[in-house]
Amino acid sequence: MKRLLTVSLLGAAIAAGSAQARDEDTVRIGVDIPYVPMEYRTPSGELAGFDIELGNALCKQAELKCNWVEQGWDGIIPGLMSRKFDAIMSSMTINEERRQQVLFSDPYLVPPSAWFAPTSTKMAGVASSDLKGKNIGVQRGTVQDNYVTDKFGDVANIQRYASADDVAVDMETGRLDIAFLDYPTGQAALLKGGKYKTMGEMMTEPKEYFGDGFGIAFRQRDKALAEKFDKALATLKSNGTYDEIHDKYFNEDGTNAPQPDQN
Amino acid sequence: MQELLQSLAPWLSDNAIFTPATLAQYWGGFVNTVQLVFISLVIGLFLAVPLSIGRASPIWIVRKSIWLYTWIFRGTPLLIQLYIAYYGLAFIPGVQDSAIWPLIKDPLYPALLAFLLNTAAYTTEIFYGAIKATPRGELEAARAYGMSPMLAYRRIILPSALRRALPAYGNEVIFMLHASAIASVVTIADLTGVAYNIYSRYYAPFSAFIFVALCYMVLSFSIQGIFRLLEKRMLAHLQPR
Repeated sequence: MKRLLTVSLLGAAIAAGSAQARDEDTVRIGVDIPYVPMEYRTPSGELAGFDIELGNALCKQAELKCNWVEQGWDGIIPGLMSRKFDAIMSSMTINEERRQQVLFSDPYLVPPSAWFAPTSTKMAGVASSDLKGKNIGVQRGTVQDNYVTDKFGDVANIQRYASADDVAVDMETGRLDIAFLDYPTGQAALLKGGKYKTMGEMMTEPKEYFGDGFGIAFRQRDKALAEKFDKALATLKSNGTYDEIHDKYFNEDGTNAPQPDQN
Repeated sequence: MQELLQSLAPWLSDNAIFTPATLAQYWGGFVNTVQLVFISLVIGLFLAVPLSIGRASPIWIVRKSIWLYTWIFRGTPLLIQLYIAYYGLAFIPGVQDSAIWPLIKDPLYPALLAFLLNTAAYTTEIFYGAIKATPRGELEAARAYGMSPMLAYRRIILPSALRRALPAYGNEVIFMLHASAIASVVTIADLTGVAYNIYSRYYAPFSAFIFVALCYMVLSFSIQGIFRLLEKRMLAHLQPR
């Protein structure tokens, strides 16, 4: 009798636990932290960033309950597929290859990619002839990696790193002559301190590489959820909330945005 | 290689991932992995023989300093050693203006340094264990014949110790092959690095990683085969008849 009671209590506990873990009304959003100024933690440990604030505003507009789930970039699409979360809002660039796996919302931001070089560089520009024989640093598996690999893979030596911080360290050691990163990342990792500058034009074209910009990713079958977000995004853009959040993170000096934790 | 690709062409046209271009990348990664592992094993082996003799030396300072070296390299993860060799060495003041900078600048040499010091430490301990396990009777026989310690090492101790160490050393070679999978963190395009590139480009973890796992398996089984042949030959006197 006692044993039966234990078993049934255990069963009830498990049932309650799983009910709590999987509340159908909650949308779990996967995010890779940190990626300043898009998503990061403040010194007090709270989530901040353009994606986070816009995501929360979208959820509020669409009357959904959302929570954020941290997930490393390499496993972020598999995490969506295996239902660890229901959406990805983590500065993910929309492109064809990803579209075959996931369903994207309308783009919510088009960030440029840019070349970064030491201020003392002798390179005149970023044409094929300038990059010949140079060491170019990129983040492995990013759209910048794909672009540089296809355009300059034959003339330059491309070094792929796991994170933008590793790229910054090897710019410091002089192993890299130039880096190609998306602008917010490069700005955060390299531009502070005046040792590096951007070179050439900021790039958002051609679309086959740089895509339509950042989108929120859903599983292919969750069309209704994606439509809710698209509708909410359109509303936020027309009522000024979007511009408010955009200005907070992308104004000239970025002083209005919460400061990231330095550790 | 060209002919092989030609014969695979019809099958290749049916899929997006295993195109001739990506197979050529895998081949490049295969060459890089084999080269990295082979060079570090050969140099590590040549370092390990004198070091293991020194490890068994009666001179205190020699014995202890070699013990310290193996203790450090066996006591820390290879990944950390690789980070220190690649990122750490580059920040020693003045190194960027020195004559060895071109070597440190290229990711291959720091990785080789970390790998060969690591495998040399393990191999030293394997050989040292085998030297310690030399039957006492053999040593006494050598002394009874009036052999100097040098001659006894050359004729008696090393030939039998290195033979006995063969199975354990074969293990170390395979461990080293698998440990080399971390080389991609310092931008070397080894097998794992290439698999990562292809995975992150096509979002196809199964295809990219299972293919690379098969490449490693082919290498492992070849190494096992070679060591089995070697053991059959060198350890023939220990085989049951």
